[in-house]
Amino acid sequence: MSQVPANLRYTKEHEWIRLEADGTATIGITDHAQAALGDVTFVDLPKVGKSFAAGEVFGTVESVKAASDLYCPVSAEIVEANTGLNDSPDLVNREPYGGAWMIRVKLKNPAEAAQLLDAAAYSASL
Amino acid sequence: MSETLARTPLYDLHAELGARLVPFAGWEMPVQYTGIIEEHMAVRKAAGLFDVSHMGEARIRGRDAAAFLDRIMTNELSTLKPGAARYTLMCQPDGGCVDDLIVYRFTETEFLICLNASNAQKDIAWMRSLIGTAKVEVLDECAAWAQLAIQGPRAEQILALTTALPLASIRRFGFLVGEVAGASGCVVSRTGYTGSAGFEIYLPAASATKVARALLAAGKPHGLIPAGLGARDSLRLEAGYPLYGHEISERISPIQAGLGWTVKFTKAQFVGREALRRQAEGGPPSSVVMFSLADRRIARQGAIIFAGDTAVGEVLSGTLSPVLNKPIGTALVAAGFTGSSELTVDIRGTRLPLQVSVEPFVK
Repeated sequence: MSQVPANLRYTKEHEWIRLEADGTATIGITDHAQAALGDVTFVDLPKVGKSFAAGEVFGTVESVKAASDLYCPVSAEIVEANTGLNDSPDLVNREPYGGAWMIRVKLKNPAEAAQLLDAAAYSASL
Repeated sequence: MSETLARTPLYDLHAELGARLVPFAGWEMPVQYTGIIEEHMAVRKAAGLFDVSHMGEARIRGRDAAAFLDRIMTNELSTLKPGAARYTLMCQPDGGCVDDLIVYRFTETEFLICLNASNAQKDIAWMRSLIGTAKVEVLDECAAWAQLAIQGPRAEQILALTTALPLASIRRFGFLVGEVAGASGCVVSRTGYTGSAGFEIYLPAASATKVARALLAAGKPHGLIPAGLGARDSLRLEAGYPLYGHEISERISPIQAGLGWTVKFTKAQFVGREALRRQAEGGPPSSVVMFSLADRRIARQGAIIFAGDTAVGEVLSGTLSPVLNKPIGTALVAAGFTGSSELTVDIRGTRLPLQVSVEPFVK
């Protein structure tokens, strides 16, 4: 069974988002997503300063089998992208909720976060 | 879609081993167990066991069997000795490929042919349509046989733990018939689709699970793990082997695919001879090349190849080479551009330079 930490919010497209105390948020993909992708070989992330609407594609995660779009869970501006994934894309398979976080963002509309799935709702969707 | 997927005799074992099953050529097949890269590297460094029971088999039998095969195949099969196998293409009159196959000769008048799963019924109908007055039968034995491939540098030592057959006496593309793990009537051939050493075993379908379990148990201490179709694809691409529907197809001939060595123009006639001869002499309109990328992005089937701003081809297969740790692939490229050092491939809007390779990535 895949892990679904209780302290995160989720999208139906299998991204997770963690709201930080300073008003930013951290975003990655779930354990279920990495298992479905298989061996991850490449993660294409946006540049700092770019903005995305909720539901917009912010990057690509690629495995041996396929390339999949990454969807921004909320309207946000990128404040940091995890450059460590350039050299170690396999971290996505090993630490989907830890070392393989993908982007840190500044929320444009914090109310949107409340619309996302909680752990119980996401687990139920799997 | 309400297509019912066929299951191999090892279906329950795959489920028990935690395989991820996917539809492939009408079959429900394991794409991976523990992970494509891990399974790939096990085959390169130790050994992997593949269920390839989806592959089809046909028995060709009769007084004219050898002459019949020479007439419908590009390679020469009449010179094959009993106990030996040969790779060949079967072509249409226009030179396009009906399938690629391995032909095993049992006796002067009896052969077994291994067919691609997606083409098996088409192949059998095609062969039967060409019998004419020849004294030969084409028997559909797809359901009778299961197939296992044990591949990797330790394959022979592991297989030897389950059979008394003198494996060392089997040369490349040779085979013996005998008992494996208590199952009689197994065809054990030194062939494979990985670029590593190893064997393919054709066995009665009812014995498949017993033999697979015996091999996995015997091989476990030696690093043998079950491997799926995902690793099979990345292994064959590293080794430069074609896959029907990608590097060869009804629109890509053996000459275009770099398989001219399987086309014997010394034979006075065979289906496709004239078209293939014109291509071989005049040069085909496009050819298959192997390439690698200095990037992490994989160029996948259908991606467009450019020379400058002109589209000159398309990707046929693409994966990550676990051995080289970089993307590799094959592409069909228009004549005149196959040797170009300035080719690029468009991956989701980004043009990346590709390096054409004349040698397989793993030998």
